[in-house]
Amino acid sequence: MELFIARLFDGLSNGATYGLIALALVIIYKATTLINFAQGEMAMFGAFVVLVLATERGLPIWVAVFVGMLLSAVAGAIIERTLIRPFDPSDHLPLVIITLGLFLAIGSLAGIIWRFDPRQFPRMFPSGNALTFGLATLSWYTICVVLTVVVVVGLLTLLLNKTKIGLAFRAVSSNLESSELSGIRVGPTLQFGWALAAAVGTLGASIYVADPVHQLEPTVMARVLIFAATAAAIGGLDSLGGAIIGGMIIGMVQSILVQYVPFIPNEMSLATAVVVLVLVLLYRPSGLFGTPPVERV
Amino acid sequence: MSEVLLDVKNLTGGYGPIRVLHGFDFHVAAGEVVVILGANGAGKTTTLRAVSGMIEASGSIDLAGKQLIGKNSADVVRLGVAHVPQGRGTLPELSVEDNLHVGAFIRKDKEVQADIDNWYEIYPVLHARRHQRAGSLSGGEQQMLAVARALMSRPDLLLLDEPSLGLAPIIVQDLFERFGEINREMGTTMLVVEQNAQLALGIANRGYVLESGEISVEGRAQDLMHDDAIRKAYLGV
Repeated sequence: MELFIARLFDGLSNGATYGLIALALVIIYKATTLINFAQGEMAMFGAFVVLVLATERGLPIWVAVFVGMLLSAVAGAIIERTLIRPFDPSDHLPLVIITLGLFLAIGSLAGIIWRFDPRQFPRMFPSGNALTFGLATLSWYTICVVLTVVVVVGLLTLLLNKTKIGLAFRAVSSNLESSELSGIRVGPTLQFGWALAAAVGTLGASIYVADPVHQLEPTVMARVLIFAATAAAIGGLDSLGGAIIGGMIIGMVQSILVQYVPFIPNEMSLATAVVVLVLVLLYRPSGLFGTPPVERV
Repeated sequence: MSEVLLDVKNLTGGYGPIRVLHGFDFHVAAGEVVVILGANGAGKTTTLRAVSGMIEASGSIDLAGKQLIGKNSADVVRLGVAHVPQGRGTLPELSVEDNLHVGAFIRKDKEVQADIDNWYEIYPVLHARRHQRAGSLSGGEQQMLAVARALMSRPDLLLLDEPSLGLAPIIVQDLFERFGEINREMGTTMLVVEQNAQLALGIANRGYVLESGEISVEGRAQDLMHDDAIRKAYLGV
């Protein structure tokens, strides 16, 4: 039992960061029904910027994270304007290829600038354990990660439901043509989505590599992106809360299965995520919290 | 005759290399309901799309002295034209109330909530379902919500594209009665494109018949209703 709780706690922090990256995917998916395969790499690049700001410029880590999120938002907006908007939004294949190209380009760029050696990321949260139940320990890191995720989801929900740009964003996600006919400028609204997703992604990657057991390197997010995409699909792709819960599920399953099912080595934990995804999509095609397409005519 | 609100001259346009509108004139006077009749593919929808800047068009589209040619749809609605597109004029994933808020997106005045309450009074179903997703409403309710959404921008001119499409006859009847009421009571000028000629002519002042991108007949609604050729072609009698 203690071991079970221990594994549960381990899964919690990973799951929460998968959830944050999933959130970034969901923001762009909601607006454009496009999965941004470069989301993880954008987040990794953002985390490197945060690292540079914190270690070379000497900014306090949270200030560095905030500035890094702002810079990522600007970069996200520029990417949308230059690489996404010129293409027909209803034709997904070219756009998917573009995000795959971005995935490779950003990964290589980070490698050229920062090399491929893993680096220690500054501490963002207090170290040590908050609670101990025998074998199971709940670290301050885990508690703070979960709190951060709760705050981010809360702020995003307010932003989307209580502001005018949030209304525009939800409208464009729902019906592009009628939004435009209501006077909403679609391009800038989607750009806002890209900026928001990039900022959330950078926060997610920073938190992930701030875990003492992780290190920052240009390839760090490739694996996380697969878990995050799975989390987003489990949550329903268009649900913010669903993305977080999907992330938690993936984090837990990964951590518990590897412990209790001896024939699944740690290296196979990626595959367990996919098994969960297949099961969810088989029985609930629009995910656990997604909006099933209901339309009466 | 009252003042001309929309004056369209030599309108041409289409989709890419395909030209659908071959240069015709029409006008809508302030306070009027004008209907454009025509068979499938005649260019009725394209005409409305040209007016609201959804396709590239040339010629002249003059709205009370302002030229609409070359403007995009987000600008055209700011100049006073609201458009209810064919079939899907609502935002199905958003609540009924949010749909109305989206309709008022361009407004900065303080009367938005009062206007929403007014729609709830006119059409109580919207009030009962204000927190439900618009996509869960029935077809007729959705069409009414789409019209309310468009009118929330307080337009000078309302464009209605085939409002009867896919709806049961009894609902269509009710819908057109409401359009007539809106025109009389709010004074909203309307340009309606419709296959159901009888109903549309019933609430219209004037009508045009569009054939292969050109206007073949125009006249007062009553005259069109009694015109033998039109009765045969569009009224099915």
